[in-house]
Amino acid sequence: MSIWEYANPVKFMRTSGAILPFAVAGAVVCTVGGVVWGFLTPDDFRQGSTVKIVFLHVPAAMMAINIWVMMLVASLIWLIRRHHVSALAAKAAAPIGAVMTLIALATGAIWGQPMWGTWWEWDPRLTSFLILLLFYLGYIALWASVEDVDSAADLTGVLCLVGSVFALLSRYAVLFWNQGLHQGASLSVQSGERMSAIYRYPLYLSMLGFLLLFVALVLIRTRTEIRRRRLAALQAREMRA
Amino acid sequence: MLALLTRDLRLATRAGGGFGLGVAFFLILCTLVPFGVGADTSALRPIAPGILWLGALLACLLSLDRIFALDHEDGSLDLLATAPLPLEGTVAIKALAHWITTGLPLIAAAPLFGLLLHLPAEAMPWLVISLLIGTPALSMLGAFGAAITVGLRRGGLLLSLLVLPLYIPTLIFGTELIRRAVASGDPTTPLVFLAGITAGVVALIPFAAAAALRVNLR
Amino acid sequence: MIDLGKYAGTVLAAYGISVLLLVGLVWHSIAANTRARRALEKQEGRKDA
Repeated sequence: MSIWEYANPVKFMRTSGAILPFAVAGAVVCTVGGVVWGFLTPDDFRQGSTVKIVFLHVPAAMMAINIWVMMLVASLIWLIRRHHVSALAAKAAAPIGAVMTLIALATGAIWGQPMWGTWWEWDPRLTSFLILLLFYLGYIALWASVEDVDSAADLTGVLCLVGSVFALLSRYAVLFWNQGLHQGASLSVQSGERMSAIYRYPLYLSMLGFLLLFVALVLIRTRTEIRRRRLAALQAREMRA
Repeated sequence: MLALLTRDLRLATRAGGGFGLGVAFFLILCTLVPFGVGADTSALRPIAPGILWLGALLACLLSLDRIFALDHEDGSLDLLATAPLPLEGTVAIKALAHWITTGLPLIAAAPLFGLLLHLPAEAMPWLVISLLIGTPALSMLGAFGAAITVGLRRGGLLLSLLVLPLYIPTLIFGTELIRRAVASGDPTTPLVFLAGITAGVVALIPFAAAAALRVNLR
Repeated sequence: MIDLGKYAGTVLAAYGISVLLLVGLVWHSIAANTRARRALEKQEGRKDA
C-alpha cells in the first residue's frame, strides 16, 4: 500500500467520493463558523470594526500561496511520475487559488481604504499578490488554450516550475523596490502581544475552514476533470467503432 | 552551432524578417509618451529610465513569436530537433540570435531616445549598462514563452500573458540600477542582482524551453 | 443586530465581495461537476444499449 495507488483514477474516484462528504461538511462548518464567529468579535480599539475583515483576508492570503505550492508539488509529481490525477489536481486547484488571491486583494483594498486612506498602495505584499494573480491567470490561460490534455499538462507543469522560481524572485525584487505600509502580520508575530485570544481562535477556525474548503473544492474539481477525460475517451472510442 | 546562428541572423535581416521593426516600435513609444504625460522636462525626467526600459521590454516582446513560429511552420524545427545538436543548444542559439537582432539595436538606440525623454546625461552609461546586462534575460525568457506557445493557433496574446510576469524582476532591478546610480552613484546591489538573474536565466531556462519544445513537437 | 460603527460599509463590503466570490466558485465547481457526470452517464448508457 503506497500513496501512489491514488494515482489510479478509479481508486481516486472511489476514495475521494468517500472523503468528499466529510470534507464538505467540515468546510461548511468551519468556514461558516469561523467567519460568523469572526464577524461577531468585538471591535478593536484602534481599527474599530474593520478588524473583522482579518477573518477573510488572512485565510484567503494563506491559501493563495499554499495552493500555488500544492500546484507546484502536483506538477512535479506529474512531470516525474506521469500520474494523470496529479496533473488534473493541479489544473483543478488553479482557479481556486486565483479566487483566493482575488479575495485577499479585494478585502485588502477595502480594508486599506479607511486604514491607510488609499485603496491601493504599491506595497511589497500587495504587489506580490498582484503578481501572483498574474501567474495564476497565465497558468489557467495556458491550460485553456492547449487542446491535447497530456501536452497541456506537460506545458503547464513546466510553466508552474519556472513560474514558482520567478514568483519567489519577484517577491524579493519587489521587497527591494519598495518598502511598504503592510504590517508584517504573520501569526508568529501576532501570537502574544499583537493579537489577543478573542481574535486568534476565530482566525484559526476560519483558516481551517478555508483549508477544508479548498480540499473539498479541489476534490470536486478533480473529479470533474477525471469525468471529462473519461467522457472524451469514450467518445473517441465510439468514433472509432 | 555557428551555422545555425548565421542562418538565423541572415533570415532575420532579410526582407520580411522584421529586422528594425523593434527599434521603430521603440521610437514610436518614446514619441507617444510625452503626448500622454506632457512635454514638461520635470515630468519626463524622473520617468525616463522606466519608460526606456518598458519600451525595450515591449519591443522585445513584439518579435518573440518569430523565434520558433516560422521554423515550426515550414518544418525546419523538426529537423533541428533531430539534429545532433541538443535542443537546449538550439534554444540558446535562437535566443542569442533574437538578442542580436532585437536587443542590440534597442541598446544602441536607447541613449538616442533617452535624449528625447530628457534623460540626464549621467544616467546614459548606466542605461546602456543595465540594458546590456538585462536584455539577454528578456530574450531567453521570451524563447521559453515562445517554446511553450509555438504550436498554438492564437499564441501571441497568451505569449505576452505568460512572459511579462517573468520580466518583472529584470525590469525592477534594471530601472533601480539607473535610479540608484543617478541618486547615490552606487548601483552595486541592483547590478549584482540583475547580472545574477541574467546568468541564472541563461544557464537554466534553455532546459525548460527545450522541454516545452519537445512536448510541442511530439 | 450588532453595531459596526462608522466602518459598517467597509466591513460589509469586504464580507459581501468575499462571500460572492466564494459562492461563485463553489457554484461553478458543482455545476461543472454535475454537467460532467450527466454527460458521462449518458455516454455510458449509450454504450450499454
